[in-house]
Amino acid sequence: MANLNGNQDSLEFVYNFYLKMKENKVNLAYEGEITHQITKAFTALTESNMANEEDYNSVQKKVFHVMVECLQNVSKHSERTENAKDGRGIFMVSKGEEEYNVTTANVINNEKIEELTEMLNNINSLDKIGLKQLYKQQIRDGRLSEKGGAGLGFIDIARKTGEKLVFNFLPINDIQSFFVLISTVSRKKDEE
Amino acid sequence: MDPIRIKGTDDTPTVILDKENGIFEISGRSLPEDVAAFFDPILEWLDEYSKSPLSKTIFNFKLEYFNTASSKLLLDVLLKLEDLHDDGHDVLVRWHFPDDDEDMEEAGEEYADIVEVPFEQVSYSVD
Repeated sequence: MANLNGNQDSLEFVYNFYLKMKENKVNLAYEGEITHQITKAFTALTESNMANEEDYNSVQKKVFHVMVECLQNVSKHSERTENAKDGRGIFMVSKGEEEYNVTTANVINNEKIEELTEMLNNINSLDKIGLKQLYKQQIRDGRLSEKGGAGLGFIDIARKTGEKLVFNFLPINDIQSFFVLISTVSRKKDEE
Repeated sequence: MDPIRIKGTDDTPTVILDKENGIFEISGRSLPEDVAAFFDPILEWLDEYSKSPLSKTIFNFKLEYFNTASSKLLLDVLLKLEDLHDDGHDVLVRWHFPDDDEDMEEAGEEYADIVEVPFEQVSYSVD
């Protein structure tokens, strides 16, 4: 007969996981390969969830934009294990009173940290006009990478949200780190 | 030359390139899985078209959403139209945007700044 008590540890895990999700107002959490199908499913899900809510159209569009760029970043840039076609990582969307947070986290090789930090700090140092210039420069001069990236994702997120990109690297070992990126979309109507 | 007619999906745009009927349009949503594979035939078609274009080419963009990878390829399309214009042909780009979508309007303005081609912004209302 099956063990009706279940495994006490896993029951506690599920309950704690549930509490943590509630506490952090997470309404979507995923860990795994970020395929194109996953990207489509999550954006469609969030779109239909938001359509039932009171959020402004412009807020919904911004969340959609940010989700797609974040998912594609992980899909293209997360360090592959073995023969995986797409990168894997964590993807979370949480919704607070004032804002949506889109969080991605994935494994990267430590040698990429310096370049990534420089790029993100540069984006965070720019105002609206500076970001516009950087975008124009990159769309003109940049080339589509083999993975199909245009090098515009972070810039676009910063422009669409008008917020600084929050990021960190948590060391895993000598070779790899866990790259966490949090993008915030205000639920208030555009403030200029 | 044979037209291109691609019906849009939830992640790829509708594309009509029809020289005979003078219809040139990209509309809908663009976040294809393989953005280069999707746009390459369009760019090749435009190369071919540029060899003997109509006396006037009016190209309509009416996009609801495009991701950054697509934005790069949309610029490539516009650069083809710029080349056509540079060669002395009459070209007009019409950039349609929903009247409540400032980001899409601004995207059009930025393309207009980057490419040297007659560019018209057209707003439409969504109900």
